[in-house]
Parts: sequence; C-alpha cells; structure tokens
Amino acid sequence: MVSERDIEHIAELADIGIIKEELAEFTGQFNRILDYFDILDTVEESDGYKQDGYNVLREDVACPSLLQEDALKNAGDTEDGFFKAPRVM
Amino acid sequence: MENLSAGTIPDSRSEQIPGQISSARGNPPISETDETIIGLEVHCQLDTVTKLFCACSTDYRSDGPNTHTCPVCLGLPGALPKINKRAVEYALRVAKALNCEVLPESVFSRKNYFYPDLDKAFQISQYDKPLAVGGHLIIEGENGEKLVRITRVHMEEDPGRLVHKGGVDRARYSLVDYNRAGIPLIEIVTEPDMRSPKEARRFLNKLRTTLEYLSVFDSDKEGSLRVDANISLQPEGWFDREKKSYKGRNRVEVKNISSYKGVEKALTFEITRQRNVIRKGQPIEQATRHFVETRGITTASRSKEEEHDYRYFPEPDLCPLRVSSWVDLIELPELPDARRARFIRQYGCSSNHARTLTGDLKLADFYEKVALKADPLLSATWVADTLIGELNYRDMGIGAVTPAHMTDLINLVESKTITDKNAIDVLRTILDGILKKEPAGTPSQIVARLDLGASESDVAPAAISEVIREQPQAIADYKSGKKGAFMFLIGQVMKKTRGKADPAELNRMLQAALDEGEQ
Amino acid sequence: MARSRLSFSPDDRVNAFLTTCPEPEYGTGSLEGLAIAIKDNISTKGIPTTAGSRILEGYVPPYDAHVVSLLMANGAAIVGKTNMDEFGMGTTTENSAYGPTLNPHDTGRVPGGSSGGSAAAVASGMVRMALGSDTGGSIRCPAAFCGIVGLKPTYGRVSRYGLIAYANSLEQIGPMARTVMETSRLMQVIAGYDPRDSTSVDQPYCHTPEKNIQGRRIGVPEEFFGAGVDPVVAAKVWEAIEVLERKGADIVTCRMPAMAYALAAYYVTCVSEASSNLARFDGVRYGPAVDTKKPWHEAFQERRGTSFGKEVRRRIMLGTFALSSGYYGKYYAKAQSARQQVKSDFLRLFKEVDVIAGPTMPTIAFRLGEKADPLSMYLSDILTVPANLAGVPAISVPCGAVDGMPVGLQVMGRPFEDEVVIDTAYAYEQAVD
Repeated sequence: MVSERDIEHIAELADIGIIKEELAEFTGQFNRILDYFDILDTVEESDGYKQDGYNVLREDVACPSLLQEDALKNAGDTEDGFFKAPRVM
Repeated sequence: MENLSAGTIPDSRSEQIPGQISSARGNPPISETDETIIGLEVHCQLDTVTKLFCACSTDYRSDGPNTHTCPVCLGLPGALPKINKRAVEYALRVAKALNCEVLPESVFSRKNYFYPDLDKAFQISQYDKPLAVGGHLIIEGENGEKLVRITRVHMEEDPGRLVHKGGVDRARYSLVDYNRAGIPLIEIVTEPDMRSPKEARRFLNKLRTTLEYLSVFDSDKEGSLRVDANISLQPEGWFDREKKSYKGRNRVEVKNISSYKGVEKALTFEITRQRNVIRKGQPIEQATRHFVETRGITTASRSKEEEHDYRYFPEPDLCPLRVSSWVDLIELPELPDARRARFIRQYGCSSNHARTLTGDLKLADFYEKVALKADPLLSATWVADTLIGELNYRDMGIGAVTPAHMTDLINLVESKTITDKNAIDVLRTILDGILKKEPAGTPSQIVARLDLGASESDVAPAAISEVIREQPQAIADYKSGKKGAFMFLIGQVMKKTRGKADPAELNRMLQAALDEGEQ
Repeated sequence: MARSRLSFSPDDRVNAFLTTCPEPEYGTGSLEGLAIAIKDNISTKGIPTTAGSRILEGYVPPYDAHVVSLLMANGAAIVGKTNMDEFGMGTTTENSAYGPTLNPHDTGRVPGGSSGGSAAAVASGMVRMALGSDTGGSIRCPAAFCGIVGLKPTYGRVSRYGLIAYANSLEQIGPMARTVMETSRLMQVIAGYDPRDSTSVDQPYCHTPEKNIQGRRIGVPEEFFGAGVDPVVAAKVWEAIEVLERKGADIVTCRMPAMAYALAAYYVTCVSEASSNLARFDGVRYGPAVDTKKPWHEAFQERRGTSFGKEVRRRIMLGTFALSSGYYGKYYAKAQSARQQVKSDFLRLFKEVDVIAGPTMPTIAFRLGEKADPLSMYLSDILTVPANLAGVPAISVPCGAVDGMPVGLQVMGRPFEDEVVIDTAYAYEQAVD
C-alpha cells in the first residue's frame, strides 16, 4: 500500500507537479495497479530479458552537425547562441 | 558525479556492486597518528574524433555554443545513440594499462537525474556491469613505491556546459551549451589507498601521463579532467583496507575538482576542516561538499540536489559490449615506468632526470630527439633542468621549442663554442623571440649575430693588459688591500671580452697578472 | 528528381488528423503519389510533431525519421500527422491532448489506440495507408476496432530512428492499410537496416503475399480465449480460425502459461522506460518555454505538471516508483524475468507451430469514456502485449463484426517471419473476400 505521502514523494522524485485535488485519486489508482503488479512476486527471478545483439558500434567518423540556428529553432528562449534555462538553486 | 566509487551506493541494488562500505559508528578524539584515507574518482575525456553516441565532432573548444550538436546529443525526441567504436578501444587500452580485468559483458545504463545541462535528463553511463574492474597503478608514495588499486573503469557521456552571465553567484538564469554533451568520458575509480593529498596528486599525475602515453587523452584541453575525491581521517589501525570498513569516522565526498593542483588544495583544506570539526567534539557527517577552486575551499552542498535516486536501468537503445577478447589484441605502447627505466639504462640519465623527463609524454619525446643527436647526459641536464625552468618561467609548453634548436644549442655547449652562461642567454633569446612572435633564429645564428662565441686564447690576456694600463687607481686600491677593487677590475675585463671568456678562467688570469706585477 | 504535388483536403469528421499538409510534394517510386498519413510520434522534418502532447506543442523536428525518409524516397506523399494517445499511452486515443479521435464505424465509440488517428484515417478512406507505432498493441488494437489491417513487425525489422520513444525495448513502427496486400506493400518500403538504430537488424522485407497455407500449423493458445474475452468476439475469431483450417491449415490448441504475468511485465517495463524517456521534456530545447525566472525544479515541475496529461503523469510516476531505490528488484527486475518467460513460451510453441492465432482485442471498440479506470483499460491490452514482450511479428486482420463493430483476428509468428504472418492473414482475407 502506498500512501498519499508516498505519492507526493514519488511525484517529487519524478519532478512532476501534482495538485492536492488529484492526490486521493492518484493514490487509489496507484494501489489498484500495484496490487495487480504483485503477481510478479510469484515469478522466479532469472537473468532477465536479453535482446540478441551485442557490440553494435559505429566508426569514429564525423558528420556535419546541425547549424546553430537549427539547433536553437525549437527553444523557448535563447541568448547569444545558448539555450536559456532556469537556475538550479 | 558518480556514486559507485568507494563511495555511496544509492539503493537496494548495492548488493550487486562489489565493495560495499559500512558506515562509521564512533567519534574518537583527534590524534596525531590518525590516518588520512583518500579515494578518487577521475573523469577523463577520451580524445576521439566524434562524440560517444553520435557523429558530432569533439573539436568544439574554439567554436560558438551549440554548433557541435545534432538530434542525438541535443536529446531531441526520437533520436537514438550509437556507440563509438574508437571510444571503446580507447577505454580498453586504459583498462589494460591499469591492469584491469575486462568483463565478458558490459552494459550501458541510464542514470536518471534532472539538471539543465543534461540533454535527455539521463546520462548514459555504466552501472552494475562496467567495462573493467580490479586493476592498479604504481605511484611514488610518501614512503617509496606504492600500489593504488583501481576498483573499476567505465565509460559514460559528458553532460553539456552551463554558463552564468555576471558570475555564478549573481546570474538569474543559466545559459546552456550542448557542444560538450556526449563527449566520451572514462571514469576511473580507485580504492581508498592514498594517504595524503600529495599522494592523490601523484596518482593523478601518473594517471594523466599514462593516459597520454596511450594516446587516448589530451590534458592540454580545458576541462578534460575532473575529479571527485572521498576523504576521511581514521584512527590508526581502524581502517580495514580489505573490507573498506570506516569504523572510525565518516567519509566526505569532495566534488567539482577540475585541476591537478586543485586536488591537493581541496584535500589539504578538507583535512584541516575535518580536524577542526573533530577537535570540537563534533561528528563528521557523511556528506558531499563542493570544491570552490577560486577560493581554495570546500563548501557544503545543499542537500536537495544531492539526495539522488538515480533509478539506473539498462539503456534499451544500446546493445551490450562483449569486448574482453579484444584486450589481447591491444599492443600497449611503452608506458612511463618502462620508459624511465630505459632512459636510465640507455642514456645514463639520473633517476631524477629520468622521472622528470618521462613524466610528460611530449617532454620525453622531445628529450629522445635531442639525445639522439647530442650528448645524452648533457641533454638531460639541459632539457630537464634549464629548459623546463625557462619554459615554466614564461608559462610556455615544451611544444614551443624544436628539438633541433635544443640539439644545436647543446652541441655548441659541448664543443665549448659558447659558455654555459651564454648558452642560457641564447635559450632566453629564442624563447623571448617566440613569445614576441619574432623568431630569433637558430642558436648558431644567434651566437654569430650577437658575437657570443667563447674567447680565443689571446682575447683575455689582451683585455687584462689593457685594464691594468687604464686603471692605475684601481690597481693601487687593490694593492692597498681594498677587496672591492678586484671585483671592479674583473668587471672591466669582462666588459672588454663581452662575456666570451669563462669568468672563472678570467678570475684566475687577472689574479695571476696582478700577483706578477707585485713581484 | 521531379517532384509533383498532391492536393489533400480531407473531410476529417473523426478528428483523425492533428496536422494536414494541403499540398504535399511527392516523387517517383513504388508508392508514387500515394497519400500516406503518419502517426504524430514519428518525426517529420518541417512538420509539427507533438506525439499528442501539449508538452510538444509547436515542436517542429529538424530531421526526418528513417521511415519517413524511406517513404519519400519511394514517392509517397506525406499528407498529415495523425492523432494518438499522448506519447502512445492509451488504448483508445482519448488520451490525446487535442481531443479524442472517433471510430468511423460508430462515432460514439473509440477507434482504439494509441494509433487511433492512423486507423481512423485509413478506415474512413481519407488515406490509403498510414504508419502507426505499436508498443503494446497500438497498431493492432485500432486496426481491429476500425476494421483495417495493421502489422507490428518483428522488433528490429523497422528502424525506430525518429520515433518519439515511449518504451524503446517494446515498440516498432508498422504499416496500416485496408488490405493485407497494401500493408505488405508499405512494409516493403519501411523495413530494412538503419545504421543509426543499434537495435536495427539487416532483414529487408521483399515479399508478395501468398495465400496458399496448405499444411501450415496454427497454434491457438487457450489463454487467448480465457476470462475477460467477450464470448461473442471469441466465437467470431474461432470462425476465422476455422476458415484457415478449411484452407488447409492444421489447428493445434496449446498453452502459454506465462500469459499470467504478461500484462504486469508489460506495464512495469513500459512505465519504467517511459519515466526515463519523458524526463527530457523540460521546455529548454523544445516545447512550450519553461519559466526561466523560477528555480529549476519549481519551473520544471510546473511545466511537466501542467503540460503532461493525467495518464502520462500516472505512468511516469509508476515508472519512477518501479525503478526507485528499494523497489527495482520487486518490479523492474521481476518484470524482466517474466518477460523472458513469455519469450520462452513463444519460442517453445514455435517449435511445434508456424504461427499463433487468437483475437486481437478481447472486445469490440469501447464506447467513449467507457474505460475511465486506468487498470480496466490496461487489462484490455492482455492479448496484444505478449508479441511486444517477445519481439515477435503480429498482425491484426478484420474477421467480421459483432454488433456492427469490427473484430480483428491476430496472427503472431516467429521472429523475422513477418512474411508468414502476412501470408496467413492474406489467406484468411482472400478466403472470405
């Protein structure tokens, strides 16, 4: 069982805003889903899932990069060729 | 940056990682015999042509921001990483040179955390299956040669770079440049085997030299090396090297060290700080601190950003590496220790000269070029002592001078064409010319132009006779016992010989002439 | 190369398109002048690509997905981007930030999802073919609900380069069309090796569907007709299987015990990967701008809290939890073990049979708003997720109707035997045509 406090902690960890009104709803849904996931407790642990490939590598040869203008085109805010981002306080 | 060191391990999966650490329980009083226990995590940029996961060039330092980016390293939706083969080969060279065991399978994982310089909000790194584990590097320790154990070597990508206009304290927002994002890094984690800041610095120097010998790293590139260090003071005998159990006091992680000198500074500061805390009877908190290079201090990190739960899981867009069999195919070049031994053996260098000369790849190469065409012993002195001194004085690198010039100069000295003193003047003339971007020519040309050749046998006697004739007062003063008169006379003689005569020889000859006149 | 222009102005009453291109250019090739719709999570250079999310509003990719380059190189006309559940997270296309797509057969019902826009665009006749993407059934479910054909190729057969990732280890781009022949034709263009995708496999698809299935062994797992499967739908699908039997196939009933874990394994895996994939939407490099005056975490939480829909936030939080300290072993690691068991079940069965058949979806298309509870929506994916977990090819082909709504027959095959899956579907389609 996860509590509303747990949900708040998870939201914090996921860096995702959650409004108070949603908390109870999210918590209830979370618990029903996690209950369903409990079936995995009966699975015998193995090495896990393996995709087939390995050593998929490329040669160290340069290709042209995007123009600065194209790199910045989708940005919300830029300055002197830089992206603008909030400060980490 | 990393939490897999001999340092903190973030979650329940820690049992997968060898070398888990127990935390400290006691708070014993400070003692002179306390041991300083230091472990390092070193991040070095691998000197590849392209980034680790995309084909953007790594040669970004002289270009504008965000000019070396593509959908992959900007973290655009839908872009996919692909591993640079050369980066893997370089990392394997390092693993082999550090005597590590390359694991049969290694896996890239996502290290999830939010930071504006991280384009995808995760860093592709290696976690529970690193490239290589369990090696060592031999350094010059406080008490002779010392083996520093390497815990692991793994690959990861560099994040972007944040710029703060008006300074980090005042800027109201961050500017982000992703040119650096995706540059291949190798992280080398040591066991806590160093016992002083000096040993830590020596480890770094040795590591840097080794990486340069492997041609995988260029220490001249700004920001190409970054270090996190963990340090604690343990009562003598309390620290269990094998179990890595910190029974005495907690460790502190010092992050953000970006220079070789910074490591020694940061750790020295941290030792003093920890001693003061212990002296006050307070416990050392297991914590992360940041080194502030400009002020030479460490500051406490605000906890929120440090309480990471990185939620590692295997990167589904990449396949595992199975490269342990490649190691046998790697032919390592001659490494610093071997080269030092050879310099002593082949050129008869002193142990100190050999260490200095081989401590830097470019210097060692330079010396060998000179030593092949000039007297090797004389070359060792001239390169390791004189040249290095003059270069350091001018903040110049060995790349500024050519071995041919040095060979020429040393040959002029050896044949006694010029005196040592004039040879130094020639060297200075060359270096100053380079600084002023007015090439001064070869040593031979300079000697000819400035007429610095050594005296012919008749120059000195003629000058002495002239001075004796021209300076009767000084001769009288000398004879009446005034000590200063002799120095004045020598000065007059040297003026006439224009430095071509050997001062010691002149001294002897003038003395003889004056003594003769007395008889 | 000579380029021509197509005029495209569909009467989109079902909200299938998020963006349309009124006069797309096209060149020459096997798809010359064919109007093709692209799911909005596939990057198209110069055409807005939102993945159905507010957080990518206004984003115009500076590059084309590999499949888009291939389509254009073969003469296709890209006529628009289709609606979808935000980032592919849904089974109904109701989770789009731009309103739901409606089912062309009954506008009171959903078209299925998450490639609901692509399915509706094809089913309503606005385009001949479309691309979808399938992470846990997102091509096959809307194909079944809208009465068209949709193929989820073998993992690795089609490049994912340019597909906005939801759950990388599970998803594939695939073709959707009204007939198996057209599906196969589109597959031929998009399949093949792409050096930019590390999971891409060099297995081109050069195939013309073949309807003779004499002697083909078809496995029918009991679990595909178990609890939760509407008996009327089950009966329709059995009829279809019997049609194949009459055409010479051998029907073998079998078991897939790992089906018990499949849905949980699927959801744990996809939410875990998604929580990491969707962390990059911070409003710095693309998407609506983040407030740079606020501190990073606050501004970032606000951007993500207001621009992601509820289902997306729910899955990000579930994934964050499943990977977090102390829970990784219980959820993520166990899900990978279960996933391997599902794959083993398939490989074991494929020693005895050539393909596996069953219903695509347990029911016909839901009414709008019917699956309000997330878990009940998740449960409806039970029959489609096994193919994604195992990476095997799977197709949905229409097999009649229940209450006037289409039902889909699902056929799954051995890895890289997409051709066999196509042929089996073709045999059925031709038999009933």
